[in-house]
Amino acid sequence: MTKRIVLILMGLAVIAGIVAAGAVQAPDGEAILRRADENMGSDNKVTTSTMTIHGRRGSRSVKSKSWIRGRTESFTEYLDPPRERGTKMLKLEDQLWTYTPASDRTILISGHMLRQSVMGSDLSYEDMMEDPRLAKLYAATVAGEEATEGRECWVLDLVSRGEDIAYFKRKIWVDKERYVVLREERFAKSGKLLKTTEVKSVDRQGGRWVPSRIVFKDALKEGQGTEFVLESIEFDAAIPDHVFTKASLR
Amino acid sequence: MIRFLLKGLLRDRSRSLLPFLTVILGSMLTVVGFSWINGAISTIIEASANFSAGHVKVMTRAYAAEADQAPNDLAMMGVGPLVEELRRDHPSLLWTPRIKFGGLIDIPDENGETRAQGPAAGLGVDLLTPGSPERKLLNLDQAVVRGRLPERPGEVLLSDGFAARLGVGPGSTATLIGATMYGGMSVHNFTVSGTVRFGITAMDRGAIVADIADVQAALDMEDAAGEVLGFERDSLYRKKEAAALADAFNAAHAEDEGEFAPEMVTLHDQGGLGQTLDFASSIYLLMLILFILVMSIVLWNAGLMGSLRRYGEFGIRLALGEDHGRLYRSLIGEGAIVGLLGSTAGTALGLAAAYYLQRKGLYIGGMMKNASMLITDVLRARVTPASYVIGFIPGLAATFLGKAASGIGVYKRQTSVLAKEFES
Repeated sequence: MTKRIVLILMGLAVIAGIVAAGAVQAPDGEAILRRADENMGSDNKVTTSTMTIHGRRGSRSVKSKSWIRGRTESFTEYLDPPRERGTKMLKLEDQLWTYTPASDRTILISGHMLRQSVMGSDLSYEDMMEDPRLAKLYAATVAGEEATEGRECWVLDLVSRGEDIAYFKRKIWVDKERYVVLREERFAKSGKLLKTTEVKSVDRQGGRWVPSRIVFKDALKEGQGTEFVLESIEFDAAIPDHVFTKASLR
Repeated sequence: MIRFLLKGLLRDRSRSLLPFLTVILGSMLTVVGFSWINGAISTIIEASANFSAGHVKVMTRAYAAEADQAPNDLAMMGVGPLVEELRRDHPSLLWTPRIKFGGLIDIPDENGETRAQGPAAGLGVDLLTPGSPERKLLNLDQAVVRGRLPERPGEVLLSDGFAARLGVGPGSTATLIGATMYGGMSVHNFTVSGTVRFGITAMDRGAIVADIADVQAALDMEDAAGEVLGFERDSLYRKKEAAALADAFNAAHAEDEGEFAPEMVTLHDQGGLGQTLDFASSIYLLMLILFILVMSIVLWNAGLMGSLRRYGEFGIRLALGEDHGRLYRSLIGEGAIVGLLGSTAGTALGLAAAYYLQRKGLYIGGMMKNASMLITDVLRARVTPASYVIGFIPGLAATFLGKAASGIGVYKRQTSVLAKEFES
């Protein structure tokens, strides 16, 4: 009898172990997404980056410097090539302005203009305007596990929580250890693939894991995509308030 | 003989009036219909050629594949030498580069903020080079409503209705927000020198016409253009010559397999125009056949009724010794006279109506509000030498067929039984 009880207890222990292991392998998708969002950080930062656009006729690079405060304010000045030099963009909450020195005009980018490409890249202004906190916009479920760029990842299926979201569904690959999104596919409601993102390298900067080379690809455009290289990043930078005003555009 | 038949026709109205009126109506409708279709097709060809297609057009292969979208990222580079080459190799045509573009026209207020904005369809053409054919091709001198044509770099024309909607006029600043050849955003200021009305709804809805050099600067298209258009110097599109030229040009560039190699297409190959023109040609033929058929049936019927009424007359003529063939031929002769006179009268009436429609035209702008087709708001008939003779084809053919069919009964009358018929 005692022997039987011991066997039953051992069996239950094994089952509990399996269940527990299963719980580790398939954690809550929402929790993973929140961790990934937190890793993005919300500090003040100043970055310098180069965007290389690989189009059908060749490649060209655009260099810019950005001042970012929190998740809703950013100011970008284009430094190179000469034609784009001095072009500035200001994002305040859900509004985006651009200024070009040649025309000396400040234009509010709205409506269908938001769908237009930024500097001919595979990114749209709408992409720039998106709230980086995916957990706020999407409901997440774990679809599986897969290695990408040599890193073990959770694969999450995201479905938009509202109707006015640019991409109805997304599939993201989140690094299990660093909680960095290493790969992403964005879909329309019809299921059509619209954009892909692949993080090619991740650097440790300011105590955080920061994607430093990303390839964006608009699936509806021909070409080899847009390569974004983060050249420098300064966390918790002191940025004066006047930077995030329309006056700073001119 | 003719005099005899003519007298018969004039004295016996029931023999000639209905066929005569039928022929008049048929011939008149044929002349008006022919002139109308002729005018409409000529208008479509002319507007499409001058504003968009040219008689022939050179583009890159990649651009040609998506030409409806005017993809300037696939435009031709080094267009200056190409135009020179075309002018040298094919001097019988006028060659001119163009850039089609889209974007928003943004009107600033006194603080430089957006006051008004609207989507525009742009055309970059050579406006400032002396001797450029564009002013004539686009009929710009006649199209100006307010202000004047551009005389200096940076000046543009806006379609008049569009300018009114935006609240701008000559001297105002208009900012083009578009896309550069490389896909980036382009923001470029222009000065409105004047407003124009082309009489083509698709153009008058929201057009901006600028000098091509300004558009190249605005859209980062240095020495690039989406299209190079070729026009016959006498403005007449000749399908076979255009096709031969395009074939020769494409054969000469066949070795270059790249997607940015130049490719020449004819007006016929673009935007479904070929199908429209072929359809119009078949409409001519269909119209003729239809009129001939309908009129023949009517005239046949009239002839049969006439034969019943003239049963006694035919019997007497046969009894007096007139042979069947002569009687049959005289009936056809009557038909020929009716056909000739009816066709002449019908053609005269048809020409009068066609000339009226050529002069006054018919306003169809209300039906073209959302149309993208380049067609003028007022469609006009066009009277050509063919209009003077086209009405005779159904007029004569139908009377001949009608009389020939109804007159066959003459041969069924047997001389041997005529006496019995008279007795009864």
